[in-house]
Amino acid sequence: MTVARKINALHFGILLFLLACFFILPAYHVGALSRIMVLAIYAIGLNILFGYTGLLSLGHAMFFAAGMYGLGLSIKFLGVSVIPAFGIGIISAALLSLLVGLLALRTVGVSFMIVTLMFAQTIYLVVLYFGEYTRGDEGFVLQQAERMLLGFDVTTEAGRYFVAFAAFSICLIGFAALVQSSLGKRLVAIRENEERARMLGYDVWRYKLLAVIVSGTVSGVAGALYALLFGYVGATFASVQYSILPLLWVLLGGAGTTIGPLIGVAFMFYLIDASSAYTSAYMLIAGLALVILTMFAPRGIAGILRTKVSPWLP
Amino acid sequence: MEFGPHLMLAALEGAVIASILVLTAMGLSIVFGVMRVVNVAHGEFFMLGAVLAWYVSTMLGGHPAVGFAAALVIAPLVVGLIAAVSDQLILKRINYDPDRTIVGTIGMLFIIQQTTLMTFGPEARPVEAPFNQRLALPWFEFGEGGLQMIWPWGLSITSYKLFVIFAALAVLVALWLFLTRTKIGLIMRATQQDSEMAKAFGVPVGTVYSCVFGLGAALAALGAVLVVPIQQAHYLMGADPLLMAFTVVIIGGLGSLPGTVIAAFLIGMSDGIISVFFSPTLAQIIATFLVAMILVFRPQGLMGKAET
Amino acid sequence: MAALTLLETKGLTKTYGGLQANIDIDFTLQKGLVTALIGPNGAGKSTFVGMLSGRTSATRGRVIFEDRDISHLPAHKRIQLGLAYTFQITSIFTGLSVHENVALAAGRTMSADGNALNAKVHQTLDQVGIADRADQIAGDLSYGHQRLLEIAMGLAQEPKLFILDEPTQGLAETEINDFIALIRSLAGHTTILLIEHNMRVVMETADHIAVLDQGMMLAEGTPAQISANASVQAAYLGKTVDA
Repeated sequence: MTVARKINALHFGILLFLLACFFILPAYHVGALSRIMVLAIYAIGLNILFGYTGLLSLGHAMFFAAGMYGLGLSIKFLGVSVIPAFGIGIISAALLSLLVGLLALRTVGVSFMIVTLMFAQTIYLVVLYFGEYTRGDEGFVLQQAERMLLGFDVTTEAGRYFVAFAAFSICLIGFAALVQSSLGKRLVAIRENEERARMLGYDVWRYKLLAVIVSGTVSGVAGALYALLFGYVGATFASVQYSILPLLWVLLGGAGTTIGPLIGVAFMFYLIDASSAYTSAYMLIAGLALVILTMFAPRGIAGILRTKVSPWLP
Repeated sequence: MEFGPHLMLAALEGAVIASILVLTAMGLSIVFGVMRVVNVAHGEFFMLGAVLAWYVSTMLGGHPAVGFAAALVIAPLVVGLIAAVSDQLILKRINYDPDRTIVGTIGMLFIIQQTTLMTFGPEARPVEAPFNQRLALPWFEFGEGGLQMIWPWGLSITSYKLFVIFAALAVLVALWLFLTRTKIGLIMRATQQDSEMAKAFGVPVGTVYSCVFGLGAALAALGAVLVVPIQQAHYLMGADPLLMAFTVVIIGGLGSLPGTVIAAFLIGMSDGIISVFFSPTLAQIIATFLVAMILVFRPQGLMGKAET
Repeated sequence: MAALTLLETKGLTKTYGGLQANIDIDFTLQKGLVTALIGPNGAGKSTFVGMLSGRTSATRGRVIFEDRDISHLPAHKRIQLGLAYTFQITSIFTGLSVHENVALAAGRTMSADGNALNAKVHQTLDQVGIADRADQIAGDLSYGHQRLLEIAMGLAQEPKLFILDEPTQGLAETEINDFIALIRSLAGHTTILLIEHNMRVVMETADHIAVLDQGMMLAEGTPAQISANASVQAAYLGKTVDA
């Protein structure tokens, strides 16, 4: 089997498995998996920028929130239906990422991390400041009637699962195609050695900007989807914590791998799930996981698989 | 109250904020300057200082001054020790790699915060000030009989707040003497200039780093002990000082100590004044956004020199 | 061979603070020739080629490539016009395979056609003699092979002008012989500007030699003329030569 075939088989295998899970697993896990798939899209978004381009953003929650509030506020205040609201969410995230990219890419390294963190904090505070509309930390709920997708009820367990599955499938396949394309290879080249990439004639700045936009937009898709499927929009999703979580998932699953984001989210979800019997302070588990990962397994689960078992992992 | 006395009151509040901020920011700045480490857990060391101050003062009981004085010594020492140990256990082992250090200190942030939640609990707890007399302040005005001294109602400060301002100044002077006059201070500054060269001259860079990390955390804790009699101890109280200290360090020019002091003063004062006159959230939005823009367009900071 | 000018500099100057690294350099590069740029350490050779490739910005002066003023173009635009540059300190994608390294170099212009790209990569690796290592991770190669890979990355771009900054530094004697043969095989169709300390490499490959000393162009000419030039001998050849 050629490498390309193996990669395709792997991705389709994962999707088939997820599809089968709906019929095999009890309701609790089906519900959990819908959430995991949506958050895995978010992690894929960060992975494009962090894992493949080598730019560490500490403010991705702003893109997630742009998608979430873009959809939520336009349904609530403009009374539009789900599809245009989804479009507004995605466009909000895309525009925000263009703007943030144009500004933040003037900096590098630690400054880039802090600038993205500060921009995200600004957005978070803006959400709080306009509490009259956003309901701040408390958030607001989207009613079942407002969440009909072309007459299809996404508030049922099955509806939720299949919409999440369809979106995740599109994102995973698109993401896999991206990283194997010449564009994806060039992003990796910038991550590996920016100066060399520039001296091969690549306009590094333009590629980085493109990566920020794609990454931010995909994160926005996840945010809009989350609001749609779970019917809740709140400022927590714009907070620093939601910028750090996708980083944790990507690191845990394996930065710079296609399957890492899903593995990371699923692993973290069930880790917290299992530990919730002992402690309610689940961020303690997240903190311990971050420290242990960065010390002993900076390449994550899929990264370990790649070095130990199958070097062809995309 | 008229505008003049009101502004003076705001400026005094600003001076108190600036005093706490300068200590916290100096800690962050020293750590960044010497080790090139962005310590995201810095706010949690601040919080730990406040929480420890509550434990110490509650356990000792008696006159509030006894507990407070003990906390002033014990909390920074314990926090500094915790920081130095975590440097040895975590940061040293990942070779201070910038990305991994950020991730590691984020992890430390959550661990410290959640451990505090599990032990100290979610309540905000006060520490009693050692002394707290209200001192009325005079205001000068031109009246019928020329310049008059009046005592506007509400224009006052507590003796404790005055103490905070002077204590912060004293710590700054001590820190300056420590860095310029003592051997260990000189070693720290030599390491900041060129860690490779320092290593070549036999400076135990690893130990120096742990000391610096501990010193940075201790400064934050000291600031926190000073603040608890004004603001209660709470497990989430580290976020704001972290962001403010970041702001100060960036505006002062990353790693520049004089820049940090000036920026802390400016930002503390303006924060005090703005929050008296404007909505705090709006003030924070403007401040956060401006800091990001400064970093974008003047990455060397307002006071820092451009890198070669 | 007709003396066509490929690249020209006029009054090219670089000052670092108060230090003048390059002073008013007027220089022309003939198409199709191998030109060696020599000079003692600190003469300003790397600064000069840095200004040609756009890595270093010039304080003043102009760079003209194929009758076009490229002085204000950023580095990647100059590369797109047909310059290629190999670094003095090896600069490759150490985490990627040898094949991917060369594919990135060739792929800027021919990424659409996967088969043609593969063929080009294999041909280039063959040319420098490391085709058998295509699937290795570049960072695992020996130092000599990494230098060859870097040269392959330059060749794969099919440059009009190929700038090599001290390509033989740190190579073993047999590897240097292979390098000389490689440069000779390119002579005629690729214009080469070679910064080199090893005088044997210079004498065996160069058609034309330019000597830089203390930031100024000291002399130019054929290898024979340069060897006979008294001021060059005083400034350079007379001193310790590491070859």
